Amino acid sequence: MCVTCGCGEGETTVTLLGDVREAAAHHDHGHDHDHDHDHDHQHGHAHAHGHDHEHTHADGTTHAHAAHEPTPAHTQTPTPTHTHPPAHPHDLQVPGRDSHTIALEAALLDKNQALAERNRGWLAGRGVLAINLMSSPGAGKTTLLERCIHDLQGQTTISVVEGDQATAHDAQRIRAAGAAAVQVNTGTGCHLDADMLARALQLLQPAGGSLLVIENVGNLVCPALFDLGEQARVVIFSVTEGEDKPLKYPHMFSRADVLLLSKTDLLPHLRVDLALMQRNALAVNPRLKIFPVSAYTGDGLDAWYGWLRAALAAQAGPPTPPLAHAATPAPRSAGRPAGPAL
Amino acid sequence: MHELGITRNVVAIVIEQAHGQKVLRVTLEVGRLSGFMAEAIAFCFDVCCRGTALEGATLQIIDVPGRGLCAACGAAPVMTQPLGRCPVCQAPSLRIAAGTELKIKEMEVESCV
Repeated sequence: MCVTCGCGEGETTVTLLGDVREAAAHHDHGHDHDHDHDHDHQHGHAHAHGHDHEHTHADGTTHAHAAHEPTPAHTQTPTPTHTHPPAHPHDLQVPGRDSHTIALEAALLDKNQALAERNRGWLAGRGVLAINLMSSPGAGKTTLLERCIHDLQGQTTISVVEGDQATAHDAQRIRAAGAAAVQVNTGTGCHLDADMLARALQLLQPAGGSLLVIENVGNLVCPALFDLGEQARVVIFSVTEGEDKPLKYPHMFSRADVLLLSKTDLLPHLRVDLALMQRNALAVNPRLKIFPVSAYTGDGLDAWYGWLRAALAAQAGPPTPPLAHAATPAPRSAGRPAGPAL
Repeated sequence: MHELGITRNVVAIVIEQAHGQKVLRVTLEVGRLSGFMAEAIAFCFDVCCRGTALEGATLQIIDVPGRGLCAACGAAPVMTQPLGRCPVCQAPSLRIAAGTELKIKEMEVESCV
Protein backbone atom coordinates (compact mmCIF):
# COMPACT_ATOMS: atom_id res chain seq x y z
CA MET A 1 0.00 0.00 0.00
CA CYS A 2 1.26 3.43 -0.81
CA VAL A 3 2.17 5.76 2.01
CA THR A 4 0.35 8.74 0.65
CA CYS A 5 -1.97 7.81 -2.15
CA GLY A 6 -4.70 5.28 -2.47
CA CYS A 7 -2.90 3.11 -4.96
CA GLY A 8 -2.27 -0.53 -4.41
CA GLU A 9 1.00 -2.33 -4.24
CA GLY A 10 2.85 -2.78 -7.47
CA GLU A 11 0.44 -0.56 -9.29
CA THR A 12 2.71 2.26 -10.39
CA THR A 13 5.17 1.76 -13.20
CA VAL A 14 7.99 4.09 -14.12
CA THR A 15 9.26 3.75 -17.67
CA LEU A 16 12.06 5.50 -19.47
CA LEU A 17 10.95 5.95 -23.04
CA GLY A 18 13.24 4.52 -25.67
CA ASP A 19 14.93 2.30 -23.13
CA VAL A 20 14.30 -1.22 -21.99
CA ARG A 21 14.91 -0.38 -18.38
CA GLU A 22 11.63 -0.46 -16.63
CA ALA A 23 11.30 -0.14 -12.94
CA ALA A 24 9.78 -3.37 -11.74
CA ALA A 25 7.13 -2.28 -9.37
CA HIS A 26 5.97 0.56 -7.28
CA HIS A 27 7.92 1.94 -4.36
CA ASP A 28 8.93 -1.34 -2.69
CA HIS A 29 5.90 -0.90 -0.56
CA GLY A 30 6.57 -3.98 1.47
CA HIS A 31 9.19 -2.18 3.48
CA ASP A 32 7.22 0.89 4.31
CA HIS A 33 6.01 -0.14 7.67
CA ASP A 34 8.45 -2.76 8.74
CA HIS A 35 9.77 -2.72 12.26
CA ASP A 36 13.30 -2.12 11.24
CA HIS A 37 14.08 0.09 14.20
CA ASP A 38 14.36 -0.33 17.90
CA HIS A 39 11.47 0.87 19.90
CA ASP A 40 12.50 3.19 22.68
CA HIS A 41 10.35 2.17 25.61
CA GLN A 42 9.93 4.69 28.30
CA HIS A 43 8.22 2.52 30.84
CA GLY A 44 7.75 3.89 34.29
CA HIS A 45 8.50 0.48 35.73
CA ALA A 46 10.29 0.32 39.04
CA HIS A 47 12.74 -2.30 37.81
CA ALA A 48 15.48 -1.77 35.31
CA HIS A 49 15.41 -3.70 32.08
CA GLY A 50 19.07 -4.46 32.01
CA HIS A 51 18.63 -8.13 31.21
CA ASP A 52 16.19 -10.53 29.67
CA HIS A 53 13.63 -11.71 32.12
CA GLU A 54 10.24 -13.24 32.31
CA HIS A 55 7.58 -12.75 34.88
CA THR A 56 4.16 -14.10 35.67
CA HIS A 57 1.11 -12.09 36.48
CA ALA A 58 -1.42 -13.02 39.10
CA ASP A 59 -3.74 -14.25 36.39
CA GLY A 60 -1.16 -16.70 35.22
CA THR A 61 -0.17 -14.90 32.05
CA THR A 62 3.51 -14.71 31.46
CA HIS A 63 5.43 -12.30 29.40
CA ALA A 64 9.03 -11.66 28.72
CA HIS A 65 10.98 -8.46 28.79
CA ALA A 66 14.06 -8.31 26.66
CA ALA A 67 16.99 -6.29 27.77
CA HIS A 68 16.96 -3.02 25.91
CA GLU A 69 19.19 -0.05 25.79
CA PRO A 70 17.94 3.39 24.86
CA THR A 71 18.35 3.69 21.12
CA PRO A 72 18.79 6.83 19.10
CA ALA A 73 15.51 8.15 17.86
CA HIS A 74 14.89 6.90 14.39
CA THR A 75 13.82 9.34 11.79
CA GLN A 76 11.09 7.59 9.90
CA THR A 77 8.33 7.70 12.40
CA PRO A 78 8.05 9.71 15.56
CA THR A 79 9.14 8.00 18.72
CA PRO A 80 6.02 7.48 20.72
CA THR A 81 5.96 8.52 24.31
CA HIS A 82 4.37 5.76 26.29
CA THR A 83 2.28 7.13 29.06
CA HIS A 84 1.71 3.98 31.06
CA PRO A 85 -0.41 4.53 34.11
CA PRO A 86 1.89 5.46 36.96
CA ALA A 87 3.02 2.62 39.17
CA HIS A 88 1.42 0.06 36.86
CA PRO A 89 1.51 -2.89 39.23
CA HIS A 90 2.86 -5.91 37.42
CA ASP A 91 1.90 -8.25 40.24
CA LEU A 92 -1.75 -7.31 40.33
CA GLN A 93 -4.45 -8.46 38.04
CA VAL A 94 -6.09 -5.38 36.63
CA PRO A 95 -9.83 -5.72 36.73
CA GLY A 96 -11.70 -4.96 33.53
CA ARG A 97 -10.12 -3.41 30.48
CA ASP A 98 -7.05 -1.39 31.23
CA SER A 99 -5.85 1.00 28.60
CA HIS A 100 -3.29 3.67 28.13
CA THR A 101 -2.82 6.51 25.73
CA ILE A 102 0.17 6.90 23.47
CA ALA A 103 0.96 10.36 22.14
CA LEU A 104 2.05 10.08 18.53
CA GLU A 105 1.97 13.55 16.96
CA ALA A 106 2.66 11.86 13.65
CA ALA A 107 2.13 14.19 10.71
CA LEU A 108 0.68 12.06 7.96
CA LEU A 109 2.45 13.74 5.09
CA ASP A 110 5.82 13.75 6.85
CA LYS A 111 7.25 10.89 4.87
CA ASN A 112 6.33 12.39 1.52
CA GLN A 113 7.68 15.72 2.74
CA ALA A 114 11.00 14.18 3.76
CA LEU A 115 11.34 12.47 0.37
CA ALA A 116 10.42 15.72 -1.37
CA GLU A 117 13.14 17.59 0.50
CA ARG A 118 15.59 14.90 -0.52
CA ASN A 119 14.61 15.28 -4.17
CA ARG A 120 14.90 19.05 -3.82
CA GLY A 121 18.42 18.75 -2.47
CA TRP A 122 19.40 16.28 -5.18
CA LEU A 123 18.10 18.63 -7.87
CA ALA A 124 19.64 21.73 -6.32
CA GLY A 125 23.00 19.99 -6.06
CA ARG A 126 22.94 19.57 -9.83
CA GLY A 127 21.51 22.98 -10.60
CA VAL A 128 18.45 21.34 -12.16
CA LEU A 129 15.33 23.50 -12.17
CA ALA A 130 12.32 21.29 -11.51
CA ILE A 131 8.85 22.59 -12.12
CA ASN A 132 5.70 20.76 -11.12
CA LEU A 133 3.23 21.34 -13.93
CA MET A 134 -0.38 20.81 -12.88
CA SER A 135 -3.77 21.31 -14.44
CA SER A 136 -7.07 19.62 -15.07
CA PRO A 137 -7.00 17.02 -17.84
CA GLY A 138 -6.96 18.61 -21.26
CA ALA A 139 -5.77 22.08 -20.26
CA GLY A 140 -2.84 21.73 -22.65
CA LYS A 141 0.11 20.66 -20.51
CA THR A 142 1.66 18.33 -23.08
CA THR A 143 0.96 20.59 -26.04
CA LEU A 144 2.61 23.51 -24.29
CA LEU A 145 5.57 21.32 -23.37
CA GLU A 146 6.01 20.20 -26.97
CA ARG A 147 6.09 23.84 -28.02
CA CYS A 148 8.59 24.73 -25.25
CA ILE A 149 10.90 21.88 -26.25
CA HIS A 150 10.79 23.05 -29.86
CA ASP A 151 11.28 26.75 -29.04
CA LEU A 152 14.06 26.29 -26.49
CA GLN A 153 16.00 23.75 -28.53
CA GLY A 154 19.69 24.57 -28.41
CA GLN A 155 19.21 26.91 -25.44
CA THR A 156 18.00 24.71 -22.62
CA THR A 157 18.12 20.98 -22.10
CA ILE A 158 14.67 19.81 -21.10
CA SER A 159 13.65 16.46 -19.68
CA VAL A 160 10.17 15.47 -18.65
CA VAL A 161 8.51 13.20 -16.13
CA GLU A 162 5.04 12.37 -17.40
CA GLY A 163 2.41 11.37 -14.89
CA ASP A 164 -0.76 9.67 -16.07
CA GLN A 165 -2.93 6.90 -14.74
CA ALA A 166 -2.34 4.85 -17.87
CA THR A 167 -0.60 4.78 -21.26
CA ALA A 168 2.75 6.17 -22.35
CA HIS A 169 1.15 8.45 -24.94
CA ASP A 170 2.40 11.67 -23.42
CA ALA A 171 5.96 10.46 -22.91
CA GLN A 172 5.98 9.32 -26.53
CA ARG A 173 4.86 12.79 -27.62
CA ILE A 174 7.63 14.38 -25.56
CA ARG A 175 10.20 11.99 -26.99
CA ALA A 176 9.00 12.81 -30.50
CA ALA A 177 9.36 16.51 -29.69
CA GLY A 178 13.01 15.87 -28.87
CA ALA A 179 13.32 15.61 -25.09
CA ALA A 180 14.07 12.72 -22.75
CA ALA A 181 10.98 11.45 -20.98
CA VAL A 182 10.00 9.04 -18.27
CA GLN A 183 6.40 7.91 -18.02
CA VAL A 184 4.99 7.28 -14.58
CA ASN A 185 1.70 5.39 -14.67
CA THR A 186 -0.02 5.67 -11.35
CA GLY A 187 -2.71 3.05 -11.97
CA THR A 188 -5.60 4.33 -9.90
CA GLY A 189 -3.44 6.97 -8.20
CA CYS A 190 -4.68 10.50 -8.67
CA HIS A 191 -1.37 12.36 -8.28
CA LEU A 192 2.39 11.94 -8.32
CA ASP A 193 4.21 11.74 -5.01
CA ALA A 194 7.79 12.41 -4.02
CA ASP A 195 8.76 8.75 -4.13
CA MET A 196 7.53 8.38 -7.71
CA LEU A 197 9.62 11.39 -8.70
CA ALA A 198 12.67 9.93 -6.97
CA ARG A 199 12.24 6.75 -8.97
CA ALA A 200 11.74 8.66 -12.19
CA LEU A 201 14.91 10.68 -11.53
CA GLN A 202 16.88 7.48 -11.20
CA LEU A 203 15.99 6.60 -14.76
CA LEU A 204 15.99 10.08 -16.23
CA GLN A 205 19.21 11.44 -14.68
CA PRO A 206 18.60 15.03 -15.81
CA ALA A 207 21.73 16.90 -16.87
CA GLY A 208 23.24 19.55 -14.60
CA GLY A 209 21.77 23.01 -15.21
CA SER A 210 18.86 21.61 -17.19
CA LEU A 211 15.12 22.09 -16.90
CA LEU A 212 13.07 19.21 -15.53
CA VAL A 213 9.34 19.43 -16.08
CA ILE A 214 7.16 17.15 -14.02
CA GLU A 215 3.82 16.85 -15.74
CA ASN A 216 1.54 15.79 -12.94
CA VAL A 217 -1.59 13.69 -13.34
CA GLY A 218 -4.35 15.86 -14.79
CA ASN A 219 -6.32 16.78 -11.70
CA LEU A 220 -7.00 20.12 -10.01
CA VAL A 221 -7.36 18.61 -6.55
CA CYS A 222 -4.90 16.03 -5.24
CA PRO A 223 -1.60 17.06 -6.89
CA ALA A 224 -1.78 20.35 -4.97
CA LEU A 225 -1.34 18.50 -1.67
CA PHE A 226 1.83 16.55 -2.42
CA ASP A 227 5.20 18.24 -2.55
CA LEU A 228 7.51 16.47 -5.00
CA GLY A 229 10.66 18.47 -4.35
CA GLU A 230 10.12 20.94 -7.15
CA GLN A 231 11.43 24.51 -7.13
CA ALA A 232 8.27 25.97 -8.60
CA ARG A 233 4.66 25.01 -9.07
CA VAL A 234 3.10 25.98 -12.34
CA VAL A 235 -0.61 25.64 -12.97
CA ILE A 236 -1.99 25.63 -16.50
CA PHE A 237 -5.53 26.83 -16.72
CA SER A 238 -7.13 27.05 -20.13
CA VAL A 239 -9.42 29.92 -20.99
CA THR A 240 -12.18 27.44 -21.82
CA GLU A 241 -12.41 26.28 -18.21
CA GLY A 242 -14.45 29.19 -16.85
CA GLU A 243 -13.60 32.26 -14.82
CA ASP A 244 -14.50 30.84 -11.43
CA LYS A 245 -12.27 27.76 -11.37
CA PRO A 246 -9.63 29.38 -9.14
CA LEU A 247 -12.33 30.00 -6.55
CA LYS A 248 -13.69 26.47 -6.92
CA TYR A 249 -10.27 24.81 -6.59
CA PRO A 250 -8.43 27.19 -4.29
CA HIS A 251 -5.90 24.67 -2.94
CA MET A 252 -4.35 24.25 -6.36
CA PHE A 253 -4.10 27.97 -7.05
CA SER A 254 -3.10 29.01 -3.54
CA ARG A 255 0.09 26.93 -3.63
CA ALA A 256 1.16 27.80 -7.17
CA ASP A 257 3.93 30.17 -8.19
CA VAL A 258 2.97 30.63 -11.82
CA LEU A 259 -0.32 30.50 -13.68
CA LEU A 260 -0.26 29.93 -17.42
CA LEU A 261 -3.59 30.91 -18.97
CA SER A 262 -3.52 28.65 -21.99
CA LYS A 263 -5.38 28.45 -25.30
CA THR A 264 -5.70 32.24 -25.60
CA ASP A 265 -6.01 31.74 -29.37
CA LEU A 266 -9.56 30.54 -28.65
CA LEU A 267 -10.61 33.79 -26.96
CA PRO A 268 -12.34 35.24 -30.06
CA HIS A 269 -14.68 32.25 -30.02
CA LEU A 270 -15.50 32.32 -26.32
CA ARG A 271 -17.62 34.43 -24.04
CA VAL A 272 -15.05 34.46 -21.29
CA ASP A 273 -13.83 37.42 -19.27
CA LEU A 274 -10.05 37.04 -19.14
CA ALA A 275 -9.66 39.93 -16.68
CA LEU A 276 -12.16 38.36 -14.28
CA MET A 277 -10.35 35.03 -14.60
CA GLN A 278 -7.11 36.71 -13.56
CA ARG A 279 -8.77 38.64 -10.73
CA ASN A 280 -10.19 35.40 -9.35
CA ALA A 281 -6.80 33.71 -9.51
CA LEU A 282 -5.18 36.65 -7.73
CA ALA A 283 -7.92 36.68 -5.10
CA VAL A 284 -6.85 33.16 -4.17
CA ASN A 285 -3.15 33.84 -4.52
CA PRO A 286 -1.99 37.44 -4.86
CA ARG A 287 1.60 36.27 -5.39
CA LEU A 288 0.79 34.40 -8.62
CA LYS A 289 2.73 35.32 -11.73
CA ILE A 290 0.25 35.08 -14.60
CA PHE A 291 1.18 34.55 -18.23
CA PRO A 292 -1.57 34.29 -20.87
CA VAL A 293 -0.16 32.02 -23.57
CA SER A 294 -1.09 30.15 -26.71
CA ALA A 295 0.94 27.10 -27.63
CA TYR A 296 -0.79 27.21 -31.02
CA THR A 297 0.13 30.76 -32.08
CA GLY A 298 3.04 31.28 -29.71
CA ASP A 299 1.48 34.42 -28.22
CA GLY A 300 2.77 35.25 -24.77
CA LEU A 301 5.37 32.51 -24.70
CA ASP A 302 8.34 34.87 -24.67
CA ALA A 303 7.31 36.23 -21.27
CA TRP A 304 6.98 32.68 -19.94
CA TYR A 305 10.38 31.74 -21.35
CA GLY A 306 11.83 34.84 -19.71
CA TRP A 307 10.53 33.63 -16.36
CA LEU A 308 11.96 30.17 -17.01
CA ARG A 309 15.40 31.56 -17.93
CA ALA A 310 15.52 33.68 -14.79
CA ALA A 311 14.51 30.70 -12.66
CA LEU A 312 17.11 28.50 -14.37
CA ALA A 313 19.82 31.06 -13.72
CA ALA A 314 18.77 31.34 -10.08
CA GLN A 315 18.79 27.58 -9.66
CA ALA A 316 22.18 27.21 -11.32
CA GLY A 317 23.50 29.77 -8.84
CA PRO A 318 27.12 30.85 -8.61
CA PRO A 319 29.58 28.32 -9.98
CA THR A 320 30.70 25.87 -7.33
CA PRO A 321 33.73 23.58 -7.39
CA PRO A 322 32.88 20.07 -8.56
CA LEU A 323 32.32 17.50 -5.90
CA ALA A 324 34.97 14.88 -5.35
CA HIS A 325 32.33 12.24 -5.96
CA ALA A 326 29.22 12.47 -8.00
CA ALA A 327 27.62 10.43 -5.30
CA THR A 328 26.73 11.75 -1.91
CA PRO A 329 25.99 9.41 0.95
CA ALA A 330 22.33 8.65 1.30
CA PRO A 331 20.90 9.91 4.57
CA ARG A 332 20.18 7.19 7.04
CA SER A 333 16.74 5.89 6.37
CA ALA A 334 14.85 3.68 8.72
CA GLY A 335 12.96 2.22 5.81
CA ARG A 336 13.87 1.22 2.34
CA PRO A 337 16.34 3.35 0.49
CA ALA A 338 14.52 5.81 -1.66
CA GLY A 339 15.32 8.79 -3.76
CA PRO A 340 17.39 9.13 -6.83
CA ALA A 341 20.40 6.93 -7.43
CA LEU A 342 23.17 9.12 -6.13
CA MET B 1 -9.99 9.85 -3.04
CA HIS B 2 -6.69 10.60 -1.39
CA GLU B 3 -8.44 10.23 1.96
CA LEU B 4 -8.44 6.45 1.46
CA GLY B 5 -4.66 6.40 1.13
CA ILE B 6 -4.25 8.68 4.12
CA THR B 7 -6.56 6.53 6.22
CA ARG B 8 -4.60 3.41 5.29
CA ASN B 9 -1.51 5.30 6.33
CA VAL B 10 -3.09 6.12 9.69
CA VAL B 11 -3.94 2.46 10.25
CA ALA B 12 -0.43 1.34 9.27
CA ILE B 13 1.29 3.80 11.61
CA VAL B 14 -1.02 2.92 14.49
CA ILE B 15 -0.50 -0.83 13.99
CA GLU B 16 3.24 -0.27 14.01
CA GLN B 17 3.12 1.72 17.22
CA ALA B 18 0.63 -0.56 18.97
CA HIS B 19 3.06 -3.50 18.96
CA GLY B 20 0.30 -6.07 18.83
CA GLN B 21 -1.88 -4.52 21.49
CA LYS B 22 -5.51 -3.91 20.73
CA VAL B 23 -6.23 -0.32 19.77
CA LEU B 24 -9.29 1.22 21.36
CA ARG B 25 -9.15 4.79 20.08
CA VAL B 26 -7.28 6.84 17.52
CA THR B 27 -7.33 10.62 17.66
CA LEU B 28 -6.52 12.63 14.55
CA GLU B 29 -6.11 16.32 14.03
CA VAL B 30 -7.48 17.45 10.68
CA GLY B 31 -7.27 21.11 9.72
CA ARG B 32 -9.99 22.72 7.65
CA LEU B 33 -7.35 23.94 5.18
CA SER B 34 -5.44 20.66 4.98
CA GLY B 35 -7.16 19.64 1.77
CA PHE B 36 -8.40 16.45 3.43
CA MET B 37 -12.00 15.88 4.43
CA ALA B 38 -12.55 14.64 7.96
CA GLU B 39 -15.83 13.03 6.88
CA ALA B 40 -14.13 11.08 4.12
CA ILE B 41 -11.41 9.84 6.50
CA ALA B 42 -14.09 8.74 8.96
CA PHE B 43 -15.90 6.97 6.13
CA CYS B 44 -12.78 5.02 5.18
CA PHE B 45 -11.65 4.29 8.74
CA ASP B 46 -13.88 1.32 9.58
CA VAL B 47 -13.11 -0.37 6.28
CA CYS B 48 -9.37 0.11 6.70
CA CYS B 49 -9.45 -1.20 10.29
CA ARG B 50 -11.21 -4.44 9.45
CA GLY B 51 -9.18 -7.49 10.36
CA THR B 52 -6.45 -5.48 12.10
CA ALA B 53 -5.58 -4.61 15.71
CA LEU B 54 -7.74 -1.54 15.17
CA GLU B 55 -10.96 -3.39 14.44
CA GLY B 56 -13.73 -1.77 16.46
CA ALA B 57 -11.56 1.19 17.47
CA THR B 58 -13.16 4.59 17.88
CA LEU B 59 -12.00 7.37 15.60
CA GLN B 60 -11.90 10.78 17.16
CA ILE B 61 -11.21 13.71 14.86
CA ILE B 62 -10.16 17.05 16.27
CA ASP B 63 -11.34 19.69 13.86
CA VAL B 64 -8.84 22.54 13.54
CA PRO B 65 -10.38 25.73 12.11
CA GLY B 66 -8.47 27.71 9.53
CA ARG B 67 -6.91 30.92 10.73
CA GLY B 68 -4.84 33.45 8.85
CA LEU B 69 -2.40 36.12 9.84
CA CYS B 70 -2.13 39.32 7.85
CA ALA B 71 1.40 40.66 7.58
CA ALA B 72 0.04 44.11 6.74
CA CYS B 73 -2.55 44.80 9.44
CA GLY B 74 -1.99 42.01 11.93
CA ALA B 75 -5.53 40.69 11.66
CA ALA B 76 -6.04 36.99 12.38
CA PRO B 77 -9.24 36.20 10.48
CA VAL B 78 -10.95 32.85 10.35
CA MET B 79 -10.26 31.24 6.97
CA THR B 80 -12.61 28.75 5.37
CA GLN B 81 -10.67 28.68 2.10
CA PRO B 82 -6.96 29.15 1.45
CA LEU B 83 -7.32 32.64 0.01
CA GLY B 84 -4.47 35.12 0.06
CA ARG B 85 -6.16 38.50 0.48
CA CYS B 86 -6.84 39.87 3.96
CA PRO B 87 -10.60 40.33 4.44
CA VAL B 88 -9.92 43.19 6.89
CA CYS B 89 -7.45 45.45 5.06
CA GLN B 90 -7.60 43.82 1.59
CA ALA B 91 -3.81 43.58 1.42
CA PRO B 92 -2.46 40.54 -0.44
CA SER B 93 -0.55 39.58 2.69
CA LEU B 94 -2.61 36.89 4.32
CA ARG B 95 -0.75 33.74 5.34
CA ILE B 96 -2.25 30.59 6.78
CA ALA B 97 -1.44 30.39 10.48
CA ALA B 98 -3.53 27.35 11.40
CA GLY B 99 -5.72 24.78 9.74
CA THR B 100 -3.28 22.79 7.61
CA GLU B 101 -2.79 20.13 10.29
CA LEU B 102 -3.07 16.49 9.30
CA LYS B 103 -1.71 14.22 11.98
CA ILE B 104 -2.30 11.37 14.38
CA LYS B 105 -2.46 13.06 17.73
CA GLU B 106 -2.62 10.01 19.97
CA MET B 107 -3.94 6.49 20.32
CA GLU B 108 -5.33 4.49 23.19
CA VAL B 109 -4.32 0.86 23.44
CA GLU B 110 -5.35 -1.91 25.76
CA SER B 111 -2.67 -2.38 28.37
CA CYS B 112 -1.11 -5.76 28.87
CA VAL B 113 -2.75 -7.58 31.75
